[in-house]
Amino acid sequence: MISVEHVKVSYGGPNVVDDVSFDIPAGRITGLIGPNGAGKTTMFNAIAGHVALAGGRILLERKDITGLQPHQRAARGLARTFQIPHEFSQLTVIENFMAAAATPIGENVFNVIFRRGRFAEEEEKTYRAARDMVTFLEIEQVKDEKAGNLSGGQKKLLELGRALMQKPKIILLDEIGAGINRTLLAKISDKILHLNKEQGLTFCLIEHDLDYVSKLCDEVIVMAQGTLLMEGTVDAVRQDARVIEAYFGGGKYEARP
Amino acid sequence: MEMTGLFFYLVSVLIAGGIYAVLCLALNVQWGMGGLFNAGIAGFFAVGAYASAIVTTAASDKHLGGFGLPIPLGLVAAMIVAGATGWIVAKICVRLKSDYLAMASVGIAEILRLVIVNESWLTNGSLGISGVPRPFGDLVQGRSADLVYLAVVWFCVLCVYILCQRLYVSPWGRTLRAIRDNEDSARAAGKDVDWFRVQTFVIGCAIMGLAGGLSAHYFKFLSPSATEPLLVTFLVWVMLMAGGSGNNRGAILGALAIWFIWSATEILTSRLPPEWITRSSYIRMLLVGLLLQFVLQKFRSGLMPEKSPKIRSD
Repeated sequence: MISVEHVKVSYGGPNVVDDVSFDIPAGRITGLIGPNGAGKTTMFNAIAGHVALAGGRILLERKDITGLQPHQRAARGLARTFQIPHEFSQLTVIENFMAAAATPIGENVFNVIFRRGRFAEEEEKTYRAARDMVTFLEIEQVKDEKAGNLSGGQKKLLELGRALMQKPKIILLDEIGAGINRTLLAKISDKILHLNKEQGLTFCLIEHDLDYVSKLCDEVIVMAQGTLLMEGTVDAVRQDARVIEAYFGGGKYEARP
Repeated sequence: MEMTGLFFYLVSVLIAGGIYAVLCLALNVQWGMGGLFNAGIAGFFAVGAYASAIVTTAASDKHLGGFGLPIPLGLVAAMIVAGATGWIVAKICVRLKSDYLAMASVGIAEILRLVIVNESWLTNGSLGISGVPRPFGDLVQGRSADLVYLAVVWFCVLCVYILCQRLYVSPWGRTLRAIRDNEDSARAAGKDVDWFRVQTFVIGCAIMGLAGGLSAHYFKFLSPSATEPLLVTFLVWVMLMAGGSGNNRGAILGALAIWFIWSATEILTSRLPPEWITRSSYIRMLLVGLLLQFVLQKFRSGLMPEKSPKIRSD
């Protein structure tokens, strides 16, 4: 689905991601793990187009998307969530979902001013999809609440919902489970598994908790210090000496801020 | 003050209040909906005023003009020229974050002001343009002309309000508010942020130009003092903050409320002892500043806060 080829990212200093290559296979849930500062979120930003590459290229369904803007990548079926929730704070939950959907007719300013009938049907569909999303994520009770007033966990659900509203082919989930309680976490995992099994949606997720990753993912990619450490099944990764070193090795890989 | 005098004073306050309402609605599109910090309102206002004046005045060898076109065309020209100016500015500045855009727009307003003051072939410099016609000027004279103009101004307010409201309740407006709230997230959701910002800036500037045109035809005379940032930019910002940024009705309410207070202080300061009168404009500015403080402390999101448009229930 996505191929990352020799990608390098620099914020002006040394490369934060240095010559990393891997594939995210279609129809699977792939984990991206690694200690803090390994460059995982930077990798996501690079794939989604939020940072420019210092080298390498990124392919989506075998097409080079390296030069594309984030919104152009989104139009090709790539969605992402943010580690720190990036909700549209003054918009209601329903509006957050509707705003995330593609509404090309209603976003044409000429239609909006002079031909208001043109987008009625599209708007109706978007509204229904947003209502269904509220039901799917079981947050009916806050659907008309401003997103900025939601709890941390609800904002995480909102992240997932907004990504789904784009009807993407692949979703990059950046620590969707961080800082939320176990019940909600289990709920989110169920939703992800359901979407993967029923709709064949591809996921790539950053997580820290290996147990949690093992429940969801078939394959994991391990990064450390901006480089690719290894790829493999969860069990293989668990037993790999380098990974143990990186995760539990007493701070060696924690040095990077 | 005798009753008719008071009545026509009220009419003049409402005319200026209407022009401010148009400006405030324009700023609401840019800031309230789009999060674009335009601190150069006066510049686009002046561009619109001069465009409409030049297009509608009779021939003169002191400045460009002599087209003598009808006033509605003058107002359309005001919107087009101010919108085009906004487009050029947006193309250059739209990627700037809000505070940097504010600085850039202050600079742009100053550039526009200097052009107006110095390019006398175009604007007759600091002497200004006189004989700007008023709508229906041949039919009605004197005080009743003010009544006619009141209707014209508020007809424009109504049109601009309908336009802004259509923008606000549409998917376009929703996406714009989403971009304002979180740019990265909007990009990730497939929204062309830069294009939305250019459109927003142009629409806002065009409406500001319309307000400028309305003001030129009201005063019948136009000089570079029309670009006074204190009376345009600062006051309009206060109005939007007080009325409720992100709410079109709030923008109109804020414009009227602040303009009434501003005009009322004029009556008060005119009764001050003579040695104080020269300072009165600063006292009024101080009062408005205090008022803004009060509003921001007590009603943080304005008198009429932003409200999500109603989605019809199913």
